[in-house]
Amino acid sequence: MSFLSLKNISKRYNGSAAVADLSLDVNRNEFFGLLGPSGCGKTTTLRMIAGLETPDTGRIEFDGRDITELSPERRGFGMVFQNYALFPHLNVFENVAFGLRARKREKAEVRDRVRDALALVQLPGFERRPVTELSGGQQQRVAIARAIAIEPALLLFDEPLSNLDVTLREETRGELRGLVSKLGLTAVYVTHDQEEAFALCDRISVMSEGRALQTGEPRALYERPALASVARFLGRNNLILARRLTSSDEPVGKFKTIEGGHTLTVPVERSALGPLNKNCTLAIRPEHIIITKESSAPAENTLSAEVRAINFAGATTGVLLDADGLALEALLVRPDNLGVGDSCAVHLLPNRIIILGMRE
Amino acid sequence: MNDERKALPPLLIHRSSFRVHRSSFLLALIVFVVLLYGVIYPNLHVLTASLQTNGEWSLDNYRQILSQRSTFEAALSSVWLSLLTVLFCALIGVSLAFLFERYTFPGRGLFGTLAALPLVLPPLVGTIAFIFLCGESGILARFVQWLFGLKSAPWTLKGWTALLIFHTYTMYPFFYVLTGAGLRRIDAGLAEAARSLGAKPFRVLYRVVLPQLTPSLIAAALLTFMTSMASFSAPLLFGGDVRVLTLEIYNARQGGDPTAALTLTVILAIISLAALIFFQRYEGTRRFAAAAMKGATRSRRPVSSGRARLLATLCAVVFTVLLALPVATLVLVSFARDGAWTTQTLPPAYTLENYARILTQPEAGSVFVNSLLMSGVAALFAFVWSFCVAAVARGRRTFSRRLISLLVLLPWALPGTVVAVTIAESYGEANPLTGSFILVGTFWILPVIYFLRFMPIVVRAVQASIEQMDASLEEAAGSLGAGGWMRFWRVRLPLVWPGAVAGTLLAFVIALGEYVASVIVFVPSNQPVSIKIASEMRYFNLGTAAAYGVVLILLIAAAMLAAGRLERRRGWDSGTGG
Repeated sequence: MSFLSLKNISKRYNGSAAVADLSLDVNRNEFFGLLGPSGCGKTTTLRMIAGLETPDTGRIEFDGRDITELSPERRGFGMVFQNYALFPHLNVFENVAFGLRARKREKAEVRDRVRDALALVQLPGFERRPVTELSGGQQQRVAIARAIAIEPALLLFDEPLSNLDVTLREETRGELRGLVSKLGLTAVYVTHDQEEAFALCDRISVMSEGRALQTGEPRALYERPALASVARFLGRNNLILARRLTSSDEPVGKFKTIEGGHTLTVPVERSALGPLNKNCTLAIRPEHIIITKESSAPAENTLSAEVRAINFAGATTGVLLDADGLALEALLVRPDNLGVGDSCAVHLLPNRIIILGMRE
Repeated sequence: MNDERKALPPLLIHRSSFRVHRSSFLLALIVFVVLLYGVIYPNLHVLTASLQTNGEWSLDNYRQILSQRSTFEAALSSVWLSLLTVLFCALIGVSLAFLFERYTFPGRGLFGTLAALPLVLPPLVGTIAFIFLCGESGILARFVQWLFGLKSAPWTLKGWTALLIFHTYTMYPFFYVLTGAGLRRIDAGLAEAARSLGAKPFRVLYRVVLPQLTPSLIAAALLTFMTSMASFSAPLLFGGDVRVLTLEIYNARQGGDPTAALTLTVILAIISLAALIFFQRYEGTRRFAAAAMKGATRSRRPVSSGRARLLATLCAVVFTVLLALPVATLVLVSFARDGAWTTQTLPPAYTLENYARILTQPEAGSVFVNSLLMSGVAALFAFVWSFCVAAVARGRRTFSRRLISLLVLLPWALPGTVVAVTIAESYGEANPLTGSFILVGTFWILPVIYFLRFMPIVVRAVQASIEQMDASLEEAAGSLGAGGWMRFWRVRLPLVWPGAVAGTLLAFVIALGEYVASVIVFVPSNQPVSIKIASEMRYFNLGTAAAYGVVLILLIAAAMLAAGRLERRRGWDSGTGG
């Protein structure tokens, strides 16, 4: 049985749906991510889990109990807010001790637990500092220490790293992951940054317009997106509109691209059959497109193309290609002796091409 | 509780939600009862009483009042006086705001602060200071008379001119302060963008700066208009034959015609509310969404050329001297021996006796104790009350929330005379049928009126502070397990404290010098300072009256300094969420 489960919850603000009929299951000791563009309802979902909002319909169950109507202070969940929400009038110690004092713990216990929590987030000895004099990264750590000091049954993160600069964000990300698994906590993590979600989470739910589009492990989501919107959101992808040519019971499908009129061969799973002569969308990652300088004998899934632009981006280089009207983007590690206007051969790895479903 | 819920496992959920319910119900009940007895009942009582003659419903009272020319005259002069006051205050206040906000010159900070000073001068004290300075037997008039060897005083401080000068002097700070704040908010980049698009300075002012200032200007005009409509001390002391509604109400009550007073009260209330609605409607159509302020440029330009610099400084100095003169006069007169100052330009004999009397004689000093006590009680209740209102009126903008805001604001929108008359009429005798009780003649009448009149200031301050507070702080406290009380004591109160206390101190200060309502219902055994000042003036004990005024100003200054310190202490507001 799942640890936390959202059952058909929805929430409307001023008539428009923020969350619509969402169902999710989070397992014990899992680091679960809610990923989506801003305004997709992920923060609203998190706030409903925290008890800061009440769903209009649906139920939230935690550890077998219905907590839909339970007030936040009675849930015992720790939450790390996007802006940290540190109490500006209290010092570091009092901030971390806040939840313990609410639980009327013994003085000595409060002191020990605060010290331990601060040690865990690597801020030992910061007890007497005013929180307003800390750097962004330090405030962030205090917010995490405050949330874990109460030994939360569930830890909730609302884009906790979005206010940090890039290097600090990546550093804190690693520590956070280590901390949560060390303490054996279950966490729900909201973010709009797919890289962050991939690095942190055991499972991710990709959200859009208040719904969960696809839920799964990061690798599975990246390699096998089920929907065009998921494929578009998770990293760069070439989306190719195509028409299916072969009948549906063969193991290999043939598709004709709408732009350029190329024929592509894609291995087809029996379960993922599509109707003949209907438009569908194929997806291939830029890193799975291989460019060779001279076009040799015409081979399967190889198109001739012209280089339109070369975008240097450090470790990799993006190459924009035009294959008789079909625009493609390829990602190269070494774009040596390739120039704008060159013609070249482009090979699309057949087993890396995905047939996407269209949302009804 | 229905059966389905009972079947659930015994969680704490039911008891907790019940408890939250009960305390918020209690708060709502308190707010409802106070508004019912403080605002709804008195106003309805006066309205119905004005519509009855000998126990029968009729419009006779209005027919009678409106058939008198004097009523029309009074209503018309009240409105005209207020409109002209708005005009003159706008001219002076807006120019000063531009001078102090847009240019820097030596002494800008000091003069800028001083310019807002008349705001905290109690109207009655301002009035008598004005009489000492500009009245026909005042220092200026005597000086001019002596200079030119005239036989009689060169002018009489009476009527329209006197009222307008005094109103402008005391009310221009509304325009000065609000326009200044508005100018500070305007993104100077917008003016620069307009300049770069080829607009000349005048066009920039007219098309870019002024439209953005409109909300500030309307707010200032509203405040000025309402204050002028409610003005009482000045028309009483040097209005001459100018009839205004506040004075007519007072005279009708003093002359033993309570029905006429009631009816006039309703008329004044209706005009004030109509003005309020008119201004707010207009304000609603002219709101601008706050544009992004990122990278806003400096808007203050130093006056660079030597001559302009000198001129600006000179203007500021002259202006400040003009501003300080009435107060300086008051201080001077407060040292004058009572009865010694007759026809001389300056008081001939000086003494410390006036102050010594206040400090040593119990009955002389007792008025301060009375005022401090009554204002203190009112301010304290207003403080607690504001948190009750904030708790009840939070959340979605429902009908009930809007109604509460309206009722809370009502006593502020009504002139003090109206509030005093409605309370006095409603709580003159106990009436078991309506649940009314006796306040008139007791200690509580003035604290209650002070509370009603000035609690809107505190409610506004508390609500503004709560809105500025990061809402996620209370949510964080909740998620950490803090219940309602702990959230209030450990998070909301400490964070809202400076703003709330500053607002409370402001209400306290204004109540301290209150005269308009006090003069209608005060209890002789429990006189506030303002009543004492007025009665000393009536006996021509000018020195004593001035000394009372000076002590009152000192008390107010002390409270304002404390409030200013609190404002500055809010350093943490900007420090979080980096």
